Amino acid sequence: MSNDKSAAQGFDNRIAFAETLIKLASSNPRIVAVASDSAGSSNLNAFKAAFPDRLVNVGIAEQDLVGVGAGLANAGLIPFICAASCFLTARAMEQIKVDIAYSNTPAILCGMSPGIAYGELGPTHHSIEDLAWLRVLPNITIAVPADAIETEHVVRWAAQANQPTFIRVSRHKVPLLPGTERKFRPGTAHTLAQGEDITIVALGTMVSAALEASKLLKTKGVSARVIHVTTLKPLDDDLIIKAARETGRIVTVEEASTIGGLGGAVAELLAQVHPTPMRMIGIPGIFAPTGNVDFLFERFGMTPEGIAETCLKF
Amino acid sequence: MLPNSPAQIELWKAFRKEISESDAARTRYMILEQSRLARTEILAMIQIAGMGHVGGDFSVIDILTTLYFAELNIDPSDAAKENRDWFILSKGHCAAAFYATLAHSGYFDPHELSTFMQPMSMLNGHPSKGKISGIETSTGPLGHGLPIAVGVAIAANIQKQDHRTFVVLGDGELQEGTNWEAAMTASQYKLSNLIVIIDRNRLQQGAGTEDTNGLDPLDGKWESFGWDVQIVDGHEPLELLDAIRRGGNEKPRCIIANTVKGKGVSFMENRAEWHHKVPSAEQNLAALKELFS
Ligand SMILES: Cc1ncc(C[n+]2csc(CCOP(=O)(O)OP(=O)(O)O)c2C)c(N)n1
Repeated sequence: MSNDKSAAQGFDNRIAFAETLIKLASSNPRIVAVASDSAGSSNLNAFKAAFPDRLVNVGIAEQDLVGVGAGLANAGLIPFICAASCFLTARAMEQIKVDIAYSNTPAILCGMSPGIAYGELGPTHHSIEDLAWLRVLPNITIAVPADAIETEHVVRWAAQANQPTFIRVSRHKVPLLPGTERKFRPGTAHTLAQGEDITIVALGTMVSAALEASKLLKTKGVSARVIHVTTLKPLDDDLIIKAARETGRIVTVEEASTIGGLGGAVAELLAQVHPTPMRMIGIPGIFAPTGNVDFLFERFGMTPEGIAETCLKF
Repeated sequence: MLPNSPAQIELWKAFRKEISESDAARTRYMILEQSRLARTEILAMIQIAGMGHVGGDFSVIDILTTLYFAELNIDPSDAAKENRDWFILSKGHCAAAFYATLAHSGYFDPHELSTFMQPMSMLNGHPSKGKISGIETSTGPLGHGLPIAVGVAIAANIQKQDHRTFVVLGDGELQEGTNWEAAMTASQYKLSNLIVIIDRNRLQQGAGTEDTNGLDPLDGKWESFGWDVQIVDGHEPLELLDAIRRGGNEKPRCIIANTVKGKGVSFMENRAEWHHKVPSAEQNLAALKELFS
C-alpha cells in the first residue's frame, strides 16, 4: 500500500479507494469516475492521469453531479460518483432519491471525508446526517468500510454489484483490523471480540476504537462483545439480535449523528423483536462546536476510553 | 456570541470619518493600507490554524475592505440595527478574510483572530451566524448566499426599507445552479436594492474555471438574466466604489470584479494550489516581506 509509512497511525481509506478504482478501471473500460471540482479531495488525480477521458468533472454542482452520474449509469457505464459526503448527500438528496434509488440506477455514490473529518471547518462541512438521510431510501446499499482492506473489498464488490450503492469513504486514519481480508458480503457483520456482559456495535472509523475499548473493559472485569458492522443497510439483523439476547445491553458507536444512523437502525430493529437497553455514541443530535476531529472525538466520548466509560456507566 | 469591541469600533469610526473627508487618492491609499494589514493578519491566522484558504482570502480582501471601511451603512455596535445594509459572504471558505474585516470593524476583539479554528473558538472554519455579530447567515457550502440575499431584498421592499443587500460570490461558485435560479427571481422582482459582487479570479479549487465548467461570457450571462452588469478591477477600491455608487435602474446589479487569486504575494498569485495550501514558515516570511515592500 502506498502510504505504508503512516502505518503506525493507520490508513486514510480514500487512498485504498482510489488505488482500487484505478486497478479495476484498467481491466474494465465501463468504469468511470464523476467529480464536482472534487478530484483532489477525492484522491482522483491519479485516476485522471491514467484515464483522462473517464473522469467527468461537472464543476461545483452536486445536483448536476448525481444527475450526470445517473445518466452515465443508465447509458451502460459504471460511475463512481465522488464528492465530499456533506455536499454529495445534502445537496443532491432529491437526485439520490429519484434518479438513483427510485429509478434503481446502478450507480455508486462515494461520500468522501464523512463524519467529522473536516472538524475545524464546522457543521456545514460535517457529514453526520448522511447515514440517516440515506437509510430511509429503499434500494440503496449503504457500506461503511472500516479499514483500507475492507475499502478495497467494498469497491470491488460495488463495481460488479449492478445496484445503487453508497460507500462512505473515511478520511480519519484507521489501523488495519483483524479479519478484513475475508470476502465482503452485504448484510454480514462480524464479531471481532467475544463477550458476555455487553455488546458494542461499531461502524467505520469507530470499529478500531470499539475493539480497543473492549480491551480496556477487560482490565476492569467487563467482558464486552464487539460487532463490526460494514453495511448499515442491509443490517445483519440476526447477529445483532443474538448479541442482544446473549448480553442484554447494546452500545452503538458511529462517526455520525446518534439520530437515525447505526444507533437508530439497531434501536428500530431491537424495539420490534427483542427490546434491549441501549446507549448510543456519536454526535448527540447537535451541531458540533469548532475543533479538529480528535478534539471532537474526545468531547463526544468517541475514543476507546470514552466508549469504555459509557459501557461502565451503563 | 463574541462581544463587540468598543475600542476597535471607535478606531473604525475614525477611519470611516477620515475616509468620508478624503479625496479619491487618499481614500484609495487608506483602503489599500487597511487591506495590507488584513492580509498580514490572514497569514498569521492561517499559520496558527495550519489550515485555511489563502488564495481566495487575498483575492476578496480588497472588496471586503472597500465595503466595510468606505461603503456599507452599518453600525458594529448595533449589528442588527433596523434598515442596515446587509452583507453576505457567500464564498464562506474565505472566512479568514471576513473575520479579519469584521474584527477590524469592531464586531469583535481582533485578539480573537488567533483562535481561528481552534477548539471551541467562535471563529469556525466557515462563518457561523450566532457566533459573531455581523454574520447575517451561515455560509460554507457554495451557492447559498444569493438566494438568501434575494429574500432579504424582497423583504426590504415589502417593509418599505431603503437599505441595500450585498453578496460576494466566488466565480467557481457560480457553477452551482441555485445562483441562476436566484438570479431569475431577482430580476423578476426588479431588485434594484441588490448588488452582487463576483470575485472573478478565474480559479476554483482544482483548476481554472474555464478549464472546468466555463463561465465566459460571464457579463452576457448576467445581462441575459436581466441584470445590470459592470466590470471593474477588484483590487481598485475607487473602481469598486464608483460601480456601487453609480445610479441604478430597476434592475438588480452585478459587479464583476476581476481579481487575482493570491493577490499581493507573487508566488501565490494565479496558482490553483494556493486555494488551500498552507504556507511554510519560510514562505510566510517571504510573503510578509512582499506585502511590506
Ligand atoms: C456546495 C459545495 N461544494 C463544494 C465545496 C468545496 N469547495 C470549497 S471552495 C471551492 C472552490 C470555490 O471556488 P471559487 O468560488 O472560485 O472561490 P475562490 O477561487 O474565490 O476561492 C470548493 C469546490 C463547497 N464549499 N461547497
